[in-house]
Amino acid sequence: MKSLRKYLDSVKPNFEKGGKYEKFSQTFEAFESFLYAPGTTNQGGVHVRDGVDLKRVISMVILALIPAAIFGIWNTGYQHYQMLGLEQSFWCNFWYGLTIFVPMMIVSYVVGLGIEFATAEIRHEQVNEGFLATGLLIPLVMPADVPLWMVAVATAFSVIFAKEVFGGTGMNIWNPALVARAFLFFAYPSKMSGDAVWYGEGEAVDGFTGATALSLANSNMELATSKYDFWNAFIGYMPGSIGETSALCILIGGVFLLLTGVASWKTMLSVFVGGGLTAFLFNQFGPATGIAQLPWYMHLVYGGFCFGAVFMATDPVTSCRTEAGKYIFGLLVGFVAILVRVLNPGYPEGMMLAILFMNTLAPTIDYFIVDRNISKRRKRALKTA
Amino acid sequence: MSDVIKLRKGLDIRLKGKAETVYGQAPAAELYAIKPTDFNGLKPKMMVKEGEHVDAGGVLFVDKNKPEVKFLSAVSGTVEAVRRGERRAILEVVVRAEGEVKPVEVGKLNPSQATREQVIEKLLETGAWTYLLQRPYNVIADPKLYHKAVFISTFDTAPLAPDYDHVVRGNEEAFQAGVDALAKLAPVFIGTRGQGSSKAFTGAKNAKVVEFQGPHPAGCVGVQINHVQPINAGEVVLTVQPQEVVAIGKIFSEGKLDFSRVVVVTGPEVKKPAYYRTVVGAQVSSIVENNVNPEGTRLVSGNVLTGKTIAMDGFLGYHDSQLTALKEGNESEFMGWIAPGLNKFSASRTFFTWLQGKKEYRLDTNMHGQPRAIVVSGEMEKVLPMDIYPEHLLKAVMAKDIDKMIELGIFEVVEEDMALCEFVSTSKLPVQRILRNGLNLMMEEVG
Repeated sequence: MKSLRKYLDSVKPNFEKGGKYEKFSQTFEAFESFLYAPGTTNQGGVHVRDGVDLKRVISMVILALIPAAIFGIWNTGYQHYQMLGLEQSFWCNFWYGLTIFVPMMIVSYVVGLGIEFATAEIRHEQVNEGFLATGLLIPLVMPADVPLWMVAVATAFSVIFAKEVFGGTGMNIWNPALVARAFLFFAYPSKMSGDAVWYGEGEAVDGFTGATALSLANSNMELATSKYDFWNAFIGYMPGSIGETSALCILIGGVFLLLTGVASWKTMLSVFVGGGLTAFLFNQFGPATGIAQLPWYMHLVYGGFCFGAVFMATDPVTSCRTEAGKYIFGLLVGFVAILVRVLNPGYPEGMMLAILFMNTLAPTIDYFIVDRNISKRRKRALKTA
Repeated sequence: MSDVIKLRKGLDIRLKGKAETVYGQAPAAELYAIKPTDFNGLKPKMMVKEGEHVDAGGVLFVDKNKPEVKFLSAVSGTVEAVRRGERRAILEVVVRAEGEVKPVEVGKLNPSQATREQVIEKLLETGAWTYLLQRPYNVIADPKLYHKAVFISTFDTAPLAPDYDHVVRGNEEAFQAGVDALAKLAPVFIGTRGQGSSKAFTGAKNAKVVEFQGPHPAGCVGVQINHVQPINAGEVVLTVQPQEVVAIGKIFSEGKLDFSRVVVVTGPEVKKPAYYRTVVGAQVSSIVENNVNPEGTRLVSGNVLTGKTIAMDGFLGYHDSQLTALKEGNESEFMGWIAPGLNKFSASRTFFTWLQGKKEYRLDTNMHGQPRAIVVSGEMEKVLPMDIYPEHLLKAVMAKDIDKMIELGIFEVVEEDMALCEFVSTSKLPVQRILRNGLNLMMEEVG
């Protein structure tokens, strides 16, 4: 490892001010600090610092995504061969999934990081690590059939218009991965929803219907719950976006996020409570449509609810930043998600829209919570004055 | 029966190198210095020149804006140097001692028979007024203002901080005398650890004793004020440290100027952490010489959260009762961000050191990352036991939004109260510097 360190030190001057590759200074810096945690010391404030940094936090998110990603890769192959009417081995399914997922991931990382690095060079700022998580989230919320160029366009759109124009990592209003998905959802709806986009290319066998559990529930609740019963749906044997189907694997990741303290349990729990409660109320008092009568616990394991609750709603930048706000934010995400699912048959999946909508409202929720603190202080001053 | 306030938020950093309650021996220092930079916003006006003789208790310089506030020499000797920095700002006024350091006679004053003005006059005359800091801003108190209260925190929860029960042992009466004098200025509040603390603290008369429980920063006087009598806009409260209360007490009860100071030498790079008896502003080399490995070590006057870096032959800070030595962490670490990091201390649980129980850590000065945009939320709130939104306050400061700063409670905090926010910040935010910028802006604009 010493030789690598020496090599880095020897090429470093080229990237410093006045060097040959001065324009790539931030790029070099990003790779160098990736290989070696820098020896920067604290000056002028605290003398010791917590071991944690953004790289560490983002690494935890990526680790947490791995179970869902692995299951998603397998499930993509499994669903593909189901459509073809074939039973294949685990590795065969997995291999097919890899051929779908890996190119998407590469495209998302190359495009996204390319833009991130370029903006960092333009702004003369260090590259923020945020996209390392986003870049993995994007393929996980895509259906298997989406063309690679669409992944590229959506990634570029979300990184530029949802993130960099607001100032980059930490400044964005909406979750970038969801913006990428929403962009495709509205720009190319035929590739993002419906019954055929979840399986990869090939001729379906006769009698195969490819509807997702949610759209099936929309038309025929009994059929949905018999085809995808709770345990099947919980483990994830159903069509859907690559990473969203397995509640089990997502929850494993979720537990990891909570154990490491990276995600807020307040947000996560509130989303489930809000969603479960709303669905339960629809079960009791709602209209007689299939989706309204879909048992509340099925709502939580169908579609992207789990994935959204664990990985998307808990994004600290786009969620509420006050602790009290996190409860309100989470409850409303769950509420709006089920509301969209039940009352708007045009969009069988409400989670993405719910989170994006609540991302928009999060600063307002925070405003009212902080304002309570302000008026408390004002009243105190008046009382003693 | 004292009030008990339990604080849950906060963090005790488990740093290696805690001192046992024993006194080490070190020869008396030859040089003594007062550093105007130890006081926020102080503009000194020199009263002596280099090479001049000064007596113990003689005036070295005064505050340009409040000339009645005097800074006295702790020793008699010659003014060795007036060191200046950028724009000729005075950094250190150094005096070379001649002969032994002895207390100076200034005449007693019984506070119960004196007026508030006489007490203030005495404090100003004896240089002891410089021990009184005022909130907001943490600057030397203005003797002309009305002071709402005097707060004394009698315990320090910062990493490896001195144990004041031990420090004031033998000076219990002087402490009470100091409290009696300060009570003439304003009602005195004393924050204690409760049971087991020195009777001088828990049983102090002429003051309201409040017990605090909980991790750091429970010992920070700002946190205590926030829970007892939060500062409103326009109010001024005073804070004094226990050793300085003792020094004030000796002036009033014994008529003696006593500049002696107990200092605790701590930290992972100290061979034998121990307490030492020295004098305000003493050069530290005689204390640290054989006790600290000088190679690649940072010496801090104060604790690791709020202290200032000093040279191995530097001077003890004016208000400091602690020296900390730790390793400079200026080495890079291969893939440090993903390594298990079982030697890293973290308030977050992203390092699995939280499974290791109450281990003590040899922390160094490495930043463990680089400054980033603010991403993680809620981490600062967890270590600030005050009714304040730290992130929103800091953002208001960065935006220079004065109204917002006041609304969000900038008058109630100073750097030490929020130092832990800086420690835990994932984005490596320079919290204390931001806050000081905000406070300086407030002083200019609001006063």
